[in-house]
Amino acid sequence: MSITADDHALLAHGHHKKSFVARWLMSTNHKDIGTLYITMAFIGACFGGTLSMIMRQQLMYPHNDIITNGNTWNAIVTAHGLIMIFWFVMPALIGGMGNWFVPMMIGAPDMAFPRLNNMSFWFLACGFIFVLLGLFLDSGTGAGWTLYPPLDNAQYSPGVATDFSLFSLHLAGISSLLGAINFIATILNMRAPGMTMHKMPLFCWAILVTAFLLLLAIPVLAGAVTMLIMDRNFGTSFFEPSGGGDPVLFQHLFWFFGHPEVYIMILPAFGIISHVVSTFSKKPIFGYLGMAYAMVIIGFVGFVVWAHHMFVSAISTDSKIYFEVATLVIAVPTGIKVFSWIATMWGGSIEFKTPMLWAIGFIFLFVIGGATGVVLANAGLDQELHNDYFLIAHFHYVLSMGAAFAIFAGFYFWIGKMSGHQYPEFWGKVHFWTFFIGVNLTFFPQHFLGLAGMPRRYPDYADAFAGWNFVSSVGSVVSGLSTLVFFYVLYAVFTSKEKLADNYWGEGATTLEWAVPSPAPHHTFEDVPIIR
Amino acid sequence: MTREDMSAKKLAMLALAGALALHGHFALAQSAASSPTVIANSYVEAPHNWQWWFPAAASPMQAKIDWLMQYVLWIMAGVVGFVGVLMGYVMFRFRAGRNPKPSQTTHNTLIEIIWIVVPCIILAVIIIPSINLIYYEANDSDPYMTVTVTGHQWYWEYKYNSVPGLDYTSYMIPDNEIKPGQIRRLSVDHPMVLPVGEKIRFVITSADVLHGFYLPSLGVQKYAIPGTNQTSWTLIEKPGTYFGQCNQICGLDHDAMPIEIKAVPLNDYLAWTKEALANYTENTVSQPLSSPMPRNQLADATR
Repeated sequence: MSITADDHALLAHGHHKKSFVARWLMSTNHKDIGTLYITMAFIGACFGGTLSMIMRQQLMYPHNDIITNGNTWNAIVTAHGLIMIFWFVMPALIGGMGNWFVPMMIGAPDMAFPRLNNMSFWFLACGFIFVLLGLFLDSGTGAGWTLYPPLDNAQYSPGVATDFSLFSLHLAGISSLLGAINFIATILNMRAPGMTMHKMPLFCWAILVTAFLLLLAIPVLAGAVTMLIMDRNFGTSFFEPSGGGDPVLFQHLFWFFGHPEVYIMILPAFGIISHVVSTFSKKPIFGYLGMAYAMVIIGFVGFVVWAHHMFVSAISTDSKIYFEVATLVIAVPTGIKVFSWIATMWGGSIEFKTPMLWAIGFIFLFVIGGATGVVLANAGLDQELHNDYFLIAHFHYVLSMGAAFAIFAGFYFWIGKMSGHQYPEFWGKVHFWTFFIGVNLTFFPQHFLGLAGMPRRYPDYADAFAGWNFVSSVGSVVSGLSTLVFFYVLYAVFTSKEKLADNYWGEGATTLEWAVPSPAPHHTFEDVPIIR
Repeated sequence: MTREDMSAKKLAMLALAGALALHGHFALAQSAASSPTVIANSYVEAPHNWQWWFPAAASPMQAKIDWLMQYVLWIMAGVVGFVGVLMGYVMFRFRAGRNPKPSQTTHNTLIEIIWIVVPCIILAVIIIPSINLIYYEANDSDPYMTVTVTGHQWYWEYKYNSVPGLDYTSYMIPDNEIKPGQIRRLSVDHPMVLPVGEKIRFVITSADVLHGFYLPSLGVQKYAIPGTNQTSWTLIEKPGTYFGQCNQICGLDHDAMPIEIKAVPLNDYLAWTKEALANYTENTVSQPLSSPMPRNQLADATR
């Protein structure tokens, strides 16, 4: 991240200094590519976050006039969802932190396929251009991030915007697929001698399970998206009832990808939280094997619960029962994770540094999101709750608070290792508390809106929903201001002159990345470390 | 919809096109809203500001949903509360200032078994009543009457299967035409009129894109899917006005196709059907001439 520091590292290793273009556009170094991914995530978060600010401003009052065109509104809703998932959470957790730390944690010099790694990133970057075209061209892509036909077929969404959004998913999908193959090959083949699978850090386990989920889920999305593109442009009728197709088929295919995608976003977060909790409790992880296999089970069961997103769609009674029960089963391994984190803290000597605050915030808010998840898993209740703001509150508790909190926990935890400079502790804590208040103020009242019956994706609503919407919008302003604090933190990090020790967290930090200097030199583990 | 319905519609469309063009919207606005039987209901179940729970249950289904929601939510509140207390205690008791020497315990088989078994028991306790509710909701047999609900961009069409010819459309009242007593974004020009105390089956479908037929105070929600008939049912317990909204993104005016239901005593309902049949004759063509026909109807009309 800090170019000067890394350049010194480069020179120290006797490599010639690369030009900017050669270093950043043609990179094959896992740390540089990780930095590129994190930069992508930062840009994506700024775009997606701005869109959410615009939406909350519109929803602050009923009959508001910031966005008067329903198509524009739908395009913003769609782009917010796609960008936050594919260009913020995934690149931050998997491409960013995964690239940076998986090779270091397993004692490998780099990823298994460095050139493929570079290709993954640039597919994603191109995808981002496409998704923006999908937002800005014509009247934008207005089908929601789930892209359900017939709304996004050629009749109801004419114009190229929807095609760009669909192709952006192809590009992001190829990127994820190649990245997943790379992670699997790296983790299975390049662990340092002595690092058996059962000694591997939990973040690597998390990324490994995530990579398998991507490997199996992305091709299904690619198939569904291809069929949509064919329906739109080549006159097929996969999802067109008048030609013998079925819109419900798309829902099945989409959620066969979409539900594992939920765990793709949260499993790496689980990994980061385990490291942070263990480090700041100065204790090894409690129930390591249980933690690792809980993630494997979550990943496995995550593939057989997809139709719980379709409880009010065309689905039979018996299917509802099966998918409800299967969904609820996931609460058990998730419970193992939560209780193991608490047991890790139990008996520890807990220091409340900024990363730990984010981690504790994550655990508590994720439990709230999980609890409403158990509620929503009840197919009978979905007749009331499906697609209303209770659902919006639920998945923002697990994403805007779960995944995002874990990203910030990872950022504050590792920024010293990545940049060589520590963040300002005071401002890190200010960032945490303001963001914590902001997101809770934004999303908790949305439970009430949902119970009162407010549907999602509405730019205007009955006046009776005004109160909680106002509170929610105020909360979004607080989170927005909190993000400005984060920008200051970034500024402070990159202008800092402070030097950091190899292991600046002390005794609690035991994984291999703490054995190398801060910032991590351009090449680590050119001599193979031996794990005892 | 069957082919017969379609061709009947097509004929009516051709015959009445002129009449519609002359009378326009004004003629249609006379009917249900001014009907005495409908005005008699003063009870209105609409969302209110700062509401933080479900609407008052107006059907046995919603009452059961409300019960199960409280049941599950209290259990989950217990779980969240337990985790919260546990975390609060851990943060207090094992903070560095108070517990400078960390233990190195990493295993405890008993407690690991407990935190697998107890959640399983909790899930079983949730699943049993939950499955009962699924069966209850699915049981749409032996209805008194059936209404075929068709979602359109951006209005609803209600066809009373038991009253041949009664098939009309329901549009939201635009914001600038709201009259006193109407609710902005919820009131419609022609509400669905239903009898109280009778089991009513909804057959839900769509003529274009997906829509969501969502009635929070009755506990009914189903996607309206083109090419598929979904069923749900309700039984409204007391006369009054109930509201719902489209709950699946359907394009430009997704937020402007609410559902309004007037529930009236059976006799009033029967009287209304006669009245409506007379008043809505020219409205049996569900398409205003200005809006494009959905593709499948267009295909039929040109065949």
